[in-house]
Amino acid sequence: MDRWVQSACVLCSNGCGCDIAVKDGRIVGVRGRAEDIVNRGRLGPKGLHGSWQAHGEERLTRPLIRRGGELVETDWDTAMSEIVRRSQQLLAESGPLTHGFYTSGQLFLEEYYTLGVIGKAGLGTPHMDGNTRLCTATAAAALKESFGADGQPACHADIDLCDALFLFGHNMAATQTVMWSRVLDRIEGPDRPRLVVVDPRTTPTAEAADVHLAPLPGTNQALLNGLLRELIKRDRIDHDYVSAHTLGFDELKATVESYTPERVAEICRIAPGDLRRAAEIFGTSQRVLSTVLQGFYQSHQATAAACQVNNLHLLRGQIGRPGSGVLQMNGQPTAQNTREAGANGDLPGFRNWDNPAHVEELAELWNVDPLVIPHWAPPTHAMQIWRYAEQGSIKFLWISATNPVVSLPDLGRIRNILRQEGLFVIVQDAFRTETTELADVVLPAAMWGEKQGTFTNLSRVVHLSDQAVEPPGEARSDLDIFLDYASRMGFRDRDGEPLVKWKDAEGAFDAWRECSRGRPCDYSDLSYEKLRGGSGIPWGGERLYADGVFPTAADHCEDYGHDLLTGATTTPTDYRARRPDGRAFLKAAEHTPPPEVPSDEYPFLGTTGRSVYHFHTRTKTKRAPELQKAAPDPWVEMSASDAETLGLSEGDVVRVESERGGVEVPVRIGRCRDGVVFLPFHYGFQAANELTLTEWDPVSKQPLFKISAVRIRKV
Amino acid sequence: MLLANHLGVLHSTLGTLAETFREVAARHGDEPDVRHICELLAQRIDRQAEQLKPVVDRYGESGEPEPSLLRDLQDLYALASFTDITWTVVGQAAQGLRDQELMDVVSACEQDTARQLAWLKTRIKQSAPQALIVAGS
Repeated sequence: MDRWVQSACVLCSNGCGCDIAVKDGRIVGVRGRAEDIVNRGRLGPKGLHGSWQAHGEERLTRPLIRRGGELVETDWDTAMSEIVRRSQQLLAESGPLTHGFYTSGQLFLEEYYTLGVIGKAGLGTPHMDGNTRLCTATAAAALKESFGADGQPACHADIDLCDALFLFGHNMAATQTVMWSRVLDRIEGPDRPRLVVVDPRTTPTAEAADVHLAPLPGTNQALLNGLLRELIKRDRIDHDYVSAHTLGFDELKATVESYTPERVAEICRIAPGDLRRAAEIFGTSQRVLSTVLQGFYQSHQATAAACQVNNLHLLRGQIGRPGSGVLQMNGQPTAQNTREAGANGDLPGFRNWDNPAHVEELAELWNVDPLVIPHWAPPTHAMQIWRYAEQGSIKFLWISATNPVVSLPDLGRIRNILRQEGLFVIVQDAFRTETTELADVVLPAAMWGEKQGTFTNLSRVVHLSDQAVEPPGEARSDLDIFLDYASRMGFRDRDGEPLVKWKDAEGAFDAWRECSRGRPCDYSDLSYEKLRGGSGIPWGGERLYADGVFPTAADHCEDYGHDLLTGATTTPTDYRARRPDGRAFLKAAEHTPPPEVPSDEYPFLGTTGRSVYHFHTRTKTKRAPELQKAAPDPWVEMSASDAETLGLSEGDVVRVESERGGVEVPVRIGRCRDGVVFLPFHYGFQAANELTLTEWDPVSKQPLFKISAVRIRKV
Repeated sequence: MLLANHLGVLHSTLGTLAETFREVAARHGDEPDVRHICELLAQRIDRQAEQLKPVVDRYGESGEPEPSLLRDLQDLYALASFTDITWTVVGQAAQGLRDQELMDVVSACEQDTARQLAWLKTRIKQSAPQALIVAGS
């Protein structure tokens, strides 16, 4: 071992501080950083193995270009010239709305910001989003709806301080193992907090709970309305807090009035007593920490249900205090930065697309005409980008660090879109994937450890990740690739100077600091210097909203909000008329039936999710021997009673089919509630997303992966 | 570019609207306020058409656009607007009659009509640039 290089792990949203071990110019291991406030030295199985073992394996080392139907190796100049030629031709013919960018939750902040500036001020296209739309869009949406801007109110230390912990649709033991270790420290130690878990599966997380609620997928909103009603009926409310710091109590109260425990029990198919017990725990604890994840975000009424979790905390006045608060979790390690820096459906710095003053700020910062920056509607969400590509109005699609041919819903459709004549597809990745195989140009990208940059975890903690080794072959950092495109395209500001004025990661970070100055995600006090050594540092301080003042003032907020049922936007005039002025919104919604429910033909509800051993579509984790050995193949889980009804035993191979497609996988018996089956989404073969539907939440636009009606037969 | 088709629709709709204001003014000559204000508004619509003319000259003006999602949403918006004003009409009568039940129905449903209009407007605003500028090119 020659040296240790400071970094943080990029295999889940926890963002554990770590050091990379380098020997002879190669990465040979990692260790957790004991001084880091996030993980205190711990690392999970994916971090320990998957973070670095893939580095030497099967990498893309040269650009590829499609010639005569085949992808063949080429040089950078040929690949980039072809991209720029296409880009300029389309701009001349039909303008910037022909261009779409689909990025990731895996790049660094500096890369997203650079991409955002290129798209928004260079080209002027609103069609930019990330695969963060699949994992974290509802977190951002719920925070904006309730508090006026994105930003996690709570912090990791709240796990140590809470007296009750609520996990809503969050199988933490599988998704954030190091965070779960911190929970285990509490629930297996003295002064145990009470634990409530909402999940249709009996996961190891749920097994540790005092109350496990297993609602039928698609019914979260009814469940939460029931919990809120119990708090109100039993008057477990901090009335002073509600009147001083919130808006909308009367409407919320009226909306939840009819959700009696008995009615909720019938909709969700749970025991009414369990609902009462869970509400009792929430209503009698002094320091509640809640986390929310995909069981809510990828399900029916995603934003509405996530907002109700915020409402529980607002009614109790338990937000921003030690041990109390909400973590609307991120799925990916750098998803927060996609949201902050404007590479997804937001303007950089949590700016409001519907506020002309915010657009003017960006125009001034970038020295461009404000008309160049698209702001006639919210930036286009990923599902709509794919639809425009399907319809042929997006003709240039640049995909970076993600594998949509495995991760998007209804894969048959996605493959057809990418194969369309007239759609020019660029894929930028470290490995060949199911998606690179359908590209016109493939660009070899450097990975974590081979480049420098920062990223921000689920509790706003910013880490610097330094470069440990050189990228293999001709691979380049995503930042360098975007900078090269900007320079070849000749993007200029109003004075004829280059639009993108930085040449490296630190320059991009300094530009971002200026962009974020004065906004809720203010990085202006941070620097590479400060982030080097010691622990990661949160922006905004340890907790947000300790003073009960939320970023809802009309001039400051990130969004004017939406109708939770339809996604209709609130107009600036209507928003101002409510005079939020720092008060949070108690947003309400009735429960509505989900778009897909079991039928005689498709009698089960299929949900998808993560395994502890893999991340996303396994591009890295399948190349780490320990992880691959632990979970080499996909499977389907079902309850013992459903298996018995179908005459199935453990290991029997079954065909699981929806209206859209099918997979053949072995059965695992256990974990699920009756009527529900589970498939891990990681695998590119027998892929779970052959089954899922093209449908999304009306506010966050996050696809509904959790409610596909399926049938099952033995093969 | 479908903008020319939609400019054509806008241009001819302005003409129809001004004409209709004038017809209503003429038909209700016994209501002097209606007659006067309708004539005033018709004149202002004439001026809108004048303002639009240089832009129409620049982009051209084509016939009715083909059926599309955008056109369907526009039609829905027109229908929902008519429902909205009809709830208003009925709601005013309810107040005159002091019919509490009807007032409650109107006030609940008016909000839902506002939701329909808000959603339609949101979706139309999102769709229009892509549909008018690049689709079909």
